Amino acid sequence: MTPTIVKETVSETAPDAASSWKHSLSVPLLLGISVLLAMLGSLCIGVYPMSFLHAARIAAHLAWPGPLPANPPWTVKEITVIQIIRLPRVLIATLVGLGLGVSGTALQGIIRNPLVGPDVVGVSSGAAFGGVLAMLWDFPPVGIIGLACCGGMAAIACTFGLAKISRAGSNSMILILAGVFVGALFMSLVTLIVSVSDDSHLPGIAYWLLGTFVGSDARKVAIVGIPTLCGSAILMTFRWRLNLLSLGDLDARTLGVNVAALRWAVIALVSVIIASQVAVSGVVGWIGLVIPHCARMLVGPDHRRLLPAAALLGALFVLGLDDFTRAILRAEVPVGVLSALIGTPLVCFLLWKSQGKGWGRE
Amino acid sequence: MNNTAIQFDDLRHSYKPGHWVFQNYSAAVRRGSTFAILGPNGAGKTTLLKILLGALKPTAGTVSVEGRMAFVPQLFQVTFDYSVLDMVLMGRARQVGLFSQPSAQDEEAAMASLERFGIRHFAERQFHELSGGERQLVIFARALVSEAEILILDEPTSALDLKNQIVVLDWMTRLSHQDGLTIVFTTHHPHHALAVADDTLLMLGDSKFACGSATEVLTEENLLALYGVEIKHLAFEHGGHQHKTLVPVLPYASRSNEPRSSLRP
Repeated sequence: MTPTIVKETVSETAPDAASSWKHSLSVPLLLGISVLLAMLGSLCIGVYPMSFLHAARIAAHLAWPGPLPANPPWTVKEITVIQIIRLPRVLIATLVGLGLGVSGTALQGIIRNPLVGPDVVGVSSGAAFGGVLAMLWDFPPVGIIGLACCGGMAAIACTFGLAKISRAGSNSMILILAGVFVGALFMSLVTLIVSVSDDSHLPGIAYWLLGTFVGSDARKVAIVGIPTLCGSAILMTFRWRLNLLSLGDLDARTLGVNVAALRWAVIALVSVIIASQVAVSGVVGWIGLVIPHCARMLVGPDHRRLLPAAALLGALFVLGLDDFTRAILRAEVPVGVLSALIGTPLVCFLLWKSQGKGWGRE
Repeated sequence: MNNTAIQFDDLRHSYKPGHWVFQNYSAAVRRGSTFAILGPNGAGKTTLLKILLGALKPTAGTVSVEGRMAFVPQLFQVTFDYSVLDMVLMGRARQVGLFSQPSAQDEEAAMASLERFGIRHFAERQFHELSGGERQLVIFARALVSEAEILILDEPTSALDLKNQIVVLDWMTRLSHQDGLTIVFTTHHPHHALAVADDTLLMLGDSKFACGSATEVLTEENLLALYGVEIKHLAFEHGGHQHKTLVPVLPYASRSNEPRSSLRP
């Protein structure tokens, strides 16, 4: 006789509605449509008023350039505003949000703690340090990204190293603590460089660190777009393996996963994404921490659905922040400042709502 | 084919110089057999398992493992609320390419494995929601779907109630006898080892061990040396079968015949 288990609480019924909703493709699809609509809506926002339909026509023309109609329904001024000012800004905001959403989710998966984000484990601070150093040495934009990436990787290597010498292994709470120390160290180094830099470098470095979307152009779109899209695309192919890494080293290893290689591949990709993000928008906190939680509430913890959902939700969130800045505040507030103002109460709410489920569990 | 699934020779390990967890341990685990490891707390049972799993490099000695291994930890907790199906599907890691996602066939294999353990209806439930016994069965299902040949279990019954202990032990026997899996498990219960193990290793001290067939090794003398308490063999007949078990002699058993519990008005 096949033994049966004691607890008989569930009948053989179909999965409940909430579960079906989480497992269906509806959420990513809705998020994708929302991001597209938000991008188009963002094109309408600004000093120069423009209707949604008008902005959509211009965007379609710019996306699929064909022969210009004899009497185009838009003016030269309108297409210039969209092409030169708003479209690069909207694309950068979308890419920054997408990169932060993907990076935060991947880091939370490999470190096995939902309290982790790129800024928490020191990646953002390390990238900022690398970028500032490159600017001090008059590196070209590619060099700034490269050194920012190296800084990000060095910071997370220090974080893991610090956790290791404390003999905590992959204890995620120790990793977070180590990340806080390392992040503080690298931010101190950034401040040191700012303090000793001469007048020819100081304005550029200060403006870079401020990290607003002002002055967005095609070059900046390429700076953030290429690393973010390439890094995210590779991470998407690994997304099921993030489930395996989130089980812990020993379990993942016995399931046949090369834990160290995969973890460092993910860290390298996250560093590339965060370096490019820091290069265009400065250190942005909270988004990489909060967005994965929100995405998890929508689609569940399986990284196959979670990673795309977090990417889209991150894009939507940063677009919303930028729109809020331009439409309501009518001032150029760095996205990092707004994300902290909104992210802090949001994390408090999530902490309260989670009732400690999984937060800090080993 | 070699009849030995795991062999270790002159194995020794220390975390601190001069402080050996164990020294010169040697044993062979036969393919398709059930192998129990017993020892008091701190004897190094989990360390030995980690060495067998390749997660820890021994200070000295050789380990040879032939076959894919799956591990069932003592307390299986996951950070994220994966569904039972997601958990079992993770057993397909070796079959799914590095840049690929599990296919419909992988999901079918996972569901079939759940079916085998009679828990198919748990597929959409959260792993966190399950009881200890149910979780163990899910991890067994994952091991089966991974096509593992060797199952390593760290105190598989330690957190379970009596009935679930029996369920888990029964499945361990089935997986060994019906599926041909080699099973290595640590336990604090000598009667579990006597009931299901073919061979047993007793970790008697840092350089002292006893290894052999369960009936030969699990003697009252060895168990007294192992735990420092008296453990007696008990034989009885039930359902037309002769059963043997091991029972610890509790200190109060030698006291007077006073009732050991009472309800006062």
